[in-house]
Amino acid sequence: MLHHHAKLERNSILMLLFVIVTVLIGGIVEIIPLFRSETVIEPVEGVRPYTPLELAGFNIYIREGCYNCHSQQIRPLRDEVARYGHYSLAAESMYDHPFQWGSKRTGPDLARVGGRYSDDWHVAHLADPRSVVPESIMPTYSFLMNNQAELNDIGEHMAVLKMIGVPYTDEQIENAYADGMAQAHTEDLDENVGGLLERYGDTINARVFDGNPSMVSEMDALVAYLQVLGTMVDFSAAQSVEPAGEVATESSE
Amino acid sequence: MSDQHNKDIDHITGVETTGHEWDGLKELNNPAPRWWVWVWIATIIWSIGYWVIYPAWPTLSGNTKGTLGYSQYTELEASQAEILARQDQYLSSFEQASYDQIANDEELNAFAYAGGNALFKNNCATCHGAGGQGAVGYPNLTDDDWLWGGELADIEQTIRYGIRSGHDEARISQMPAFGRDELLEKEEIESVVGYVLSLSSDEGADASSEGAEIFANNCASCHGEDAKGGRDFGAPNLSDAIWLYGGDRETVYETVYNSRSGIMPNWEGKLDENAIRQLTVYVHGLGGGEGVGAVVEEVAEIAPDVIEDPMSDAIEAVENVVEEVSEEVSEVTDSSVDASAEPSVEEGVEEEAVEDDTTTE
Repeated sequence: MLHHHAKLERNSILMLLFVIVTVLIGGIVEIIPLFRSETVIEPVEGVRPYTPLELAGFNIYIREGCYNCHSQQIRPLRDEVARYGHYSLAAESMYDHPFQWGSKRTGPDLARVGGRYSDDWHVAHLADPRSVVPESIMPTYSFLMNNQAELNDIGEHMAVLKMIGVPYTDEQIENAYADGMAQAHTEDLDENVGGLLERYGDTINARVFDGNPSMVSEMDALVAYLQVLGTMVDFSAAQSVEPAGEVATESSE
Repeated sequence: MSDQHNKDIDHITGVETTGHEWDGLKELNNPAPRWWVWVWIATIIWSIGYWVIYPAWPTLSGNTKGTLGYSQYTELEASQAEILARQDQYLSSFEQASYDQIANDEELNAFAYAGGNALFKNNCATCHGAGGQGAVGYPNLTDDDWLWGGELADIEQTIRYGIRSGHDEARISQMPAFGRDELLEKEEIESVVGYVLSLSSDEGADASSEGAEIFANNCASCHGEDAKGGRDFGAPNLSDAIWLYGGDRETVYETVYNSRSGIMPNWEGKLDENAIRQLTVYVHGLGGGEGVGAVVEEVAEIAPDVIEDPMSDAIEAVENVVEEVSEEVSEVTDSSVDASAEPSVEEGVEEEAVEDDTTTE
């Protein structure tokens, strides 16, 4: 056997062939199951792609490096479930490209921050974290108030996401800019919000997030994104889809 | 290079070589220690057991489940069940008990208070402050100045459904934006602001009768003719010196001009039943609770000289920590370079850092 090995070592082409075969076997074992994504992501009712404004907020979240200090993944551990709520399901981040699970927790996990605090709180906290949490070490993001949200090319962004499997409809992509503006712009509320709700569902948050109705700012976009995190799945109604077949109740210790 | 059929023996040690040669250097092919080889083989055999009892191999339609049926989720359930079992002696009676019964049962009260304390720090302190002292725009929960009511049932309703939270049952009211929506002229707003300020301080002493009239026509329907507030609408008492957004002339003007509408999220669906009830008892017990279970009477019975400054406990605790740390530091310096003393200081620092993390929302 060892002596046969010597043949391999002396013949570079033969060696190359065997290396390729070996890597292929390893690759197939690892990759093939993932091609059938339904075996790793169990669909959960309620999860929808982000609205254009939320997507713009998602982009700001990445641009500002929020993931460097905040994770978005509640692990199935007792303490985490007690603190943050129901553990995260794979389906909840299935439309995140790239996903924001993170691994560094200088700040708290944000997977279920949506709806926990008011828009005013988020705006005050982003503009000056120390004004509401005296011991916070988070940087200030007050400039978000003054920048317009990047909605001009958000439709193209959605088209790209569609290519990699996010189920945006052509209609949603066509109306991306108008929908993005409508979600945070009360002044043309009547005109466009109807279409927005029709395309993304009645439960989305459409309001002025940053307190300034005259401009759709990056603050609007980021707060809209934060306010939807972890709120898409109704866990009181989703018990049957759990991997373990049961929902773990939130401990109240 | 060795001949494929004849072993190449190193003539000095008499040991076979690997046959590989680098500039005349050859590697001895000593066998691995026998014990090591056996342990290695044993671990391979042992690992087969893992394949059988734990989830191990990917398949086309998922993965092998293993005979133990292990998953993170069952493990989580087990660890939660452990806590629930520990809480059970209180929890089972807590679930059944009315607020009356909880108030009269020392054990249940302590249980609710402890749970509420942890829940408050995790969920409520973000806005209302770690001690419930509130902040600009977020009410102080330790005083008896309630917007929507300070009885247990009122507090529970507020926690459960929130205020302007978007929940169907939420408490809702909307103060008109008297300036922005052009309901009042700027001069009228100024005079009513003067009147409102005059109710609680000397600042608005210049208040004209015009201000009082504007107040009676526009504000009294919610805030009351005596300006003592209206809990049906969450309208604050304007005759005391407690201000949610600030009591200086500029801020009150801003409030009247643009109105205010703070939002409190609904916690139903985010916290379970017991958690909401524990929080209710906790918030009620922060100092301003009304009705059943209120602590006001007890406080009154205590002689004034016994009542301690509520901050004194906290200050004492901080002083103790400072003392401990400084003792440890002096130990380190005293014993010149005593390496064993160092870790204890670091531990103290780390613990503080962890605490910071949990409160930094």
